[in-house]
Amino acid sequence: MTDLTAGSRSADRIRDEYTAMTQRKRVYGGILLIVFVALMVAGFRTADSRNAGSFVDGWHRIFDYPTEVLSEASEKIGSMPENLVTFFPALIETINIAAASTLIGTIAGTFLALMSTRGMALWPSLIPLFRRIADICRAIPEIVIALVLIFVLGGGPVPAMIAIAIHTAGALGKLFSEVNENASLKPVEGLHSVGANWSQRMYLGVIPQVGPNYVSYALLRFEINIRASAILGFVGAGGLGYELRNSMSWGQGRYDEAAAIFLLLFVTIVVVDQISGLLRERLTHGSEKGAQA
Amino acid sequence: MSTFATNLTVDELKSEADRLFSRKRLMNFGLPAVVIVYLIYVFFAFDVPGLAGRANWENGKTLVADSYSYKTHVERDNRNGKVSVAIEGERKGAYPEGEAPEWVALGETTVIDLEGGHVVRFGPETVEYDIPDYGTVRATPTRSAGVQAELPEGEVPDWINLSKNRLAITTDAGRLTVTRNRSEVFRYFMGWELFWFTLDSPYHGKSLPQLVGLAASGEAGAILNDFWTNKMWRHEDVAWAIFETILMAFLGTFGAGMVALPLAFLATRNFTPLKSVRFLTRRVFDFVRGVDALIWTVILARAFGPGPLTGALAILVTDTGTFGKIFSEALENVDRKQIEGVQSTGANAPQRYRFGVIPQVTPVLLSQLLYFLESNTRSATVIGAITGGGIGLLLTQAIITQKDWEEVAYYIVLIILMVMLMDWFSGWLRRRLIQGEPEKKREPKSA
Repeated sequence: MTDLTAGSRSADRIRDEYTAMTQRKRVYGGILLIVFVALMVAGFRTADSRNAGSFVDGWHRIFDYPTEVLSEASEKIGSMPENLVTFFPALIETINIAAASTLIGTIAGTFLALMSTRGMALWPSLIPLFRRIADICRAIPEIVIALVLIFVLGGGPVPAMIAIAIHTAGALGKLFSEVNENASLKPVEGLHSVGANWSQRMYLGVIPQVGPNYVSYALLRFEINIRASAILGFVGAGGLGYELRNSMSWGQGRYDEAAAIFLLLFVTIVVVDQISGLLRERLTHGSEKGAQA
Repeated sequence: MSTFATNLTVDELKSEADRLFSRKRLMNFGLPAVVIVYLIYVFFAFDVPGLAGRANWENGKTLVADSYSYKTHVERDNRNGKVSVAIEGERKGAYPEGEAPEWVALGETTVIDLEGGHVVRFGPETVEYDIPDYGTVRATPTRSAGVQAELPEGEVPDWINLSKNRLAITTDAGRLTVTRNRSEVFRYFMGWELFWFTLDSPYHGKSLPQLVGLAASGEAGAILNDFWTNKMWRHEDVAWAIFETILMAFLGTFGAGMVALPLAFLATRNFTPLKSVRFLTRRVFDFVRGVDALIWTVILARAFGPGPLTGALAILVTDTGTFGKIFSEALENVDRKQIEGVQSTGANAPQRYRFGVIPQVTPVLLSQLLYFLESNTRSATVIGAITGGGIGLLLTQAIITQKDWEEVAYYIVLIILMVMLMDWFSGWLRRRLIQGEPEKKREPKSA
């Protein structure tokens, strides 16, 4: 390459190599694209053939149900405020399930994360064990635990709360331990040298460093958990989802109630998303106000 | 902070430090206190104290016991004296007539050995149960006078349940129920019964070396077929269900990515100068996300009926909103210089996007898509439980029947493995496609 006398020849070679490389890349990219498109088409056809109704027959009917619900709801628009009030307690229950499970999951996730980070773990030899526990908690869909617990504990918010909390603990445990990896261990060593015990070292040395990130992740989880708690209600775990299933299974004539529930759920999700988005923005980028005070 | 304020007196600094300290103290104790107060409120709002009363611990016990053990029913029809043996009492697990496992001796008097000295005899008229350390219980079911039982002397222990028409004995070895029409014995075993082959398969009860030998001698296809069409565990249906669930996640995630990418350009400040278009697209994303997978599932299930397509579309619609938001944020952060560089070589608009924008955002897009592929596998399980499709449907069905808990345990294990596999796979692909690229270039040409 450094042979200056053979400049033109090496330039030729470079050009040839470059063309060959781009061609190779293009071929690889093309093959990948073809495979991907083939997978999508084949997957769609399989899903379509195994579905009760096909896509071609159904796509123009997508808006039939919403139209039905909306037209009935608009006929009975007078009862809307009343319905909103009726289902408000269910909304509170849904939010409570999400909030309580986020809190419990955050506490458990913090513990799991501390236990599975090198330099912070109370029992360093058990780090792999706690990592696997977090992995398994994360892998279990909420509905699995919820359905089993509903069978044992009966319907209601508690099975949903436990189910969501377990999943949250696993998911946050992983995210938190990634945050922990980046935390400085110097405060921990400093506290250790003055004789602080493990919980003091963690509470005073680690948590202040990682706190904002933890809260930011927990808020994101809260958004997700609101949706999860609504879905779990649908399988019998109380809250808005449960009311929605009831009003839907009544069929026509109760669509005004369904519309009220749709509205409550939609507004809640949007409001929670917006608030938590704002809070997270402030936590990650820091608030100008807070910096001056 | 007042690092640069040098004109402060010591008193002022001190009072400021005090204020800071008291605020920190308030945070340190106030925040946990708020959390505890809230949890106490939830404790009562959810009526946790009343839960103990409502909970059915008996259900819990059956669930746990059934998930790792199974029972074989030996049943005598008291009207015609016919004895049948069936695993879990299901027709699918029934032994052919006249056949029984070795611990059941069929005959005029059927002798059932429950081990540990427990023996049950179904006589022509009377059922006898020898219980060690207690004695022999005799029961004669008659059509007219119900079940006439003779117990050894003394008080009736609480594991024997006796009424006019029914006798039930539950011991560690098994369980005997005698009613007017039926005498029934349950014997419990560890493990999942008939997992590989059902009783009607010639390969039932063969050991692994035997099976390998048979497979080598040309019966591999028949062996696989018998396993695949196992009526008890339905391996074929389960495999399809897992495949459907992954299919829903795959179609939903990548479909959403393909729909969201062009829309995301419309929502960015740097590519869409028209403020109204930007605003409108963003509200569409917010709306689609806000409506949530649950409601989309309900709506789409009305149009398409239950099945994997409905689930895939529900994921697709919801994630279009999420991806639209994430992608448009990524697109707003692209470096202008690269686009200008491409433009300076005389590239037209499509070329500018292709070579100036797409390479910059591809890593972000791909990594987000692959993250969602894993989490959508879980969502697909949940959506399947609601609309009816995939492993979620099988799970809910198995739970609703309330007796096949070993199948529930099996499905749960499969779901966890499936999600972990997808997690591993998407992580591997992510490393491969995003960070693995420089390494790939160094590899020698293979084509």
